Amino acid sequence: VTAALGRSLILLALFVSVAGAVVAFAVGRRPTRAGAGWAERFAYAFASVMAAANAVMVYALLAHDFSVGYVAQVGSRSLPTWVTVVSLWSSLEGSILFWGLVLGAYVAGATWATRERHPEYAPYAIGTWMACAAFFSFLLAGPAQPFRDVPQPPADGPGPNPLLQNHLLMAVHPPLLYLGYVGMTIPFGLASAALLASRLGPDFLRALRNWLLLPWTFLSVAVVLGGWWAYEVLGWGGYWAWDPVENASLLPWLTATAALHSALLMERKGILKGWTVTLVLATFLLTILGTFMTRSGVFNSVHSFTQSAIGPTILVFLAAALVWSVALLALRVDRLSSEGAIDDPKSREAMFVLNNLLFVLFTFTVLIGTVFPLVVEATRGVQMSVGRPYFDRMAVPIGLALLFLMGVGPALPWGRGTGAQVRRALIPPLAGAALSAAVGLVLGVHNGWTLATLALAGYTTQVTLRELWLPLRQRMRARGEGLAPALESQLRQGRRRFAGYVVHAAVVMIITAISVSSTLGTSREVQLRRGESVALGRYTLTFLGAEALTEPHRQALVARVAVEREGKSVGVLTPRMNYYPNQREPVGTPAVRSSVREDLYLSVLNLDVGRQTLGLHALVKPMVAWIWGATAVLGLAGLMALVPPSRRREEAARASRPAGQLVGTSR
Amino acid sequence: VGALAVAAVAFGILTVGGIGENLVYYWGPTELRASGAKAVGATIRLGGQVAPGSAVYRDGSELEFDVVDGNARVHVKSSGVPPQMFREGIGVVVEGTMTPAGHFQCHRLMVSHSNEYRAPGKGEKADARSLMRSTEGLGDEGARQP
Repeated sequence: VTAALGRSLILLALFVSVAGAVVAFAVGRRPTRAGAGWAERFAYAFASVMAAANAVMVYALLAHDFSVGYVAQVGSRSLPTWVTVVSLWSSLEGSILFWGLVLGAYVAGATWATRERHPEYAPYAIGTWMACAAFFSFLLAGPAQPFRDVPQPPADGPGPNPLLQNHLLMAVHPPLLYLGYVGMTIPFGLASAALLASRLGPDFLRALRNWLLLPWTFLSVAVVLGGWWAYEVLGWGGYWAWDPVENASLLPWLTATAALHSALLMERKGILKGWTVTLVLATFLLTILGTFMTRSGVFNSVHSFTQSAIGPTILVFLAAALVWSVALLALRVDRLSSEGAIDDPKSREAMFVLNNLLFVLFTFTVLIGTVFPLVVEATRGVQMSVGRPYFDRMAVPIGLALLFLMGVGPALPWGRGTGAQVRRALIPPLAGAALSAAVGLVLGVHNGWTLATLALAGYTTQVTLRELWLPLRQRMRARGEGLAPALESQLRQGRRRFAGYVVHAAVVMIITAISVSSTLGTSREVQLRRGESVALGRYTLTFLGAEALTEPHRQALVARVAVEREGKSVGVLTPRMNYYPNQREPVGTPAVRSSVREDLYLSVLNLDVGRQTLGLHALVKPMVAWIWGATAVLGLAGLMALVPPSRRREEAARASRPAGQLVGTSR
Repeated sequence: VGALAVAAVAFGILTVGGIGENLVYYWGPTELRASGAKAVGATIRLGGQVAPGSAVYRDGSELEFDVVDGNARVHVKSSGVPPQMFREGIGVVVEGTMTPAGHFQCHRLMVSHSNEYRAPGKGEKADARSLMRSTEGLGDEGARQP
């Protein structure tokens, strides 16, 4: 019964989304008040139906109703409740269902936000979103069928992939990633609609930037959380391996970041219109490409992906979205010409353009390295991958150039600056660069790349802090206010700008921490008997013994390792190996002792309770915790930038502003 | 536009060169043998079965064993601590390179996570890649969901 109910809801979602798309596009061509109302109602209906379908699935999971196909596939009676709920997105079919839920929520929210403000193109946007919704409903109704009937339900199921039930982060990382990934559908719809309706004015730009910023913020945090998960679960001691799955999440982030910057330039100067719109369209295409790469099994083998219809279906959708994007751009190529020009290569505008070129270069680098093995295997039948050194060698210089631009860009004036102005802007931050490189040298950094990163980070930090501080000081001077009230009014009025620089500061911190943690630090692999010790940096690790544990949903071998730092005991770490009933091999779970200065990371290679021996992989990695901390700051600042100015204030601003001066009011 | 074109070409050369130098080949013992001298110095993930009776533990964590498929045998020397499930007869992936001396020097040893893995029979080719993908450990998270 549950499965049938779920299937009917999916079919209803398919009907509602197809009808919604048809109605919305018809209304876009011939606007009527009633028609627009119907398009909106269909959008809300899709969101409600998807929410209901997800509720049915969660209910089935919690009730251990193994007559539902997906529950039989990933459910198990022995799981803790949180794992049962989380298994909604732990496997392919369920994750597409969850995609539908997130898409519904986004479409409903965006419909509600755009319907009155932008009546000229809102129907086209709703139409595009509903077309995407129709595709995912189709995917759920046909190729991926989470509500498949199980004729003879088993008494118990296997539970989800052990790697995914091994850490609480699995409850946080995928939803955030989906909020980022799926959310890119909204700017895609807005851009399509603006092209269809030939409306690329300031109203559209504001809507586009906000709807880009929201998923961007989620995606940024999600990409880092994915690294954190890998660090906490996989046990090899790193957080990023340029794995196709990781690259798939990074690619749309790169183009979305570029688009956020070029949209600012488009808003201010009326240039880069076609470029910005292209980036927004490309971001969506990359999310679909990423879904294809990670969801179709194509990386197992080029030939395995046809075993399920899901991969080819996504590929067809990707091709359709690509054709749609190119056709729309070609259709409106005359409307995308620039209204202004860049006057001076020493201006902030020019730095924005350079930033965009570098981001696109970065995107191509990662894309080529990721897709290359697929092409080779498909054409020549040779199996290979592109090794990490390729990605590192390409990404590090591009990343450093971007880091430098984060300092140079904001330091330079808009428009045309005199040579003296430019010198005054660019020379003082060299002090920050020198200071930070000197600190690095004193603390024992010898790697050239790391020193360069530190110097550029110091440069950019000085510029960023100055940009954060100057408006505050102006306010304090002009009005004789104290710091707190000045900060408060800054947060009320220049919030977006302020938040933008906080994000920059966080990104500088993340890049610095990545650079330091991956080049400094030490590691060792040792085989220990009970009572034996090993020294690692400032630490002495002593193997106290191993024991076997039985937990409700798994068994575990736990090693107890006493940790001394410079002779003083700082506690016992317990890295372990978890054995899940549905997998022969254990899942190692490293133990991490985090501090502001460095992480001590212990991972079990092998453990024998009978003979009391331990194969231990131990690492000391400096500054890792800074990555997670700075990411939290980045996420909060991103959300802060999104809080809309209060209605009254917005209206007052509009009234006081002459018409036609809407462009460039962000500062 | 001219400058952009030059930059694009330079980028293209860098990319192709970078990829060409950093390829990781996924081979079974048969393919490794067939590649001859090309295997020396190249980065290789060798997938196959640990030949029964071949594992020898030396001092410390030194370990030697043979990796076989239906047709060929490669002698592997590893200096790392072996993983929990390592034993004779199991499917493994070793990353490293061939030495001029004729053995495979491994710097990463991974055990296949797949319950279905079996060594290919005589004359069968090892599906190296599916073995690789069923093997966790290099941050190569085949099972990881987006």
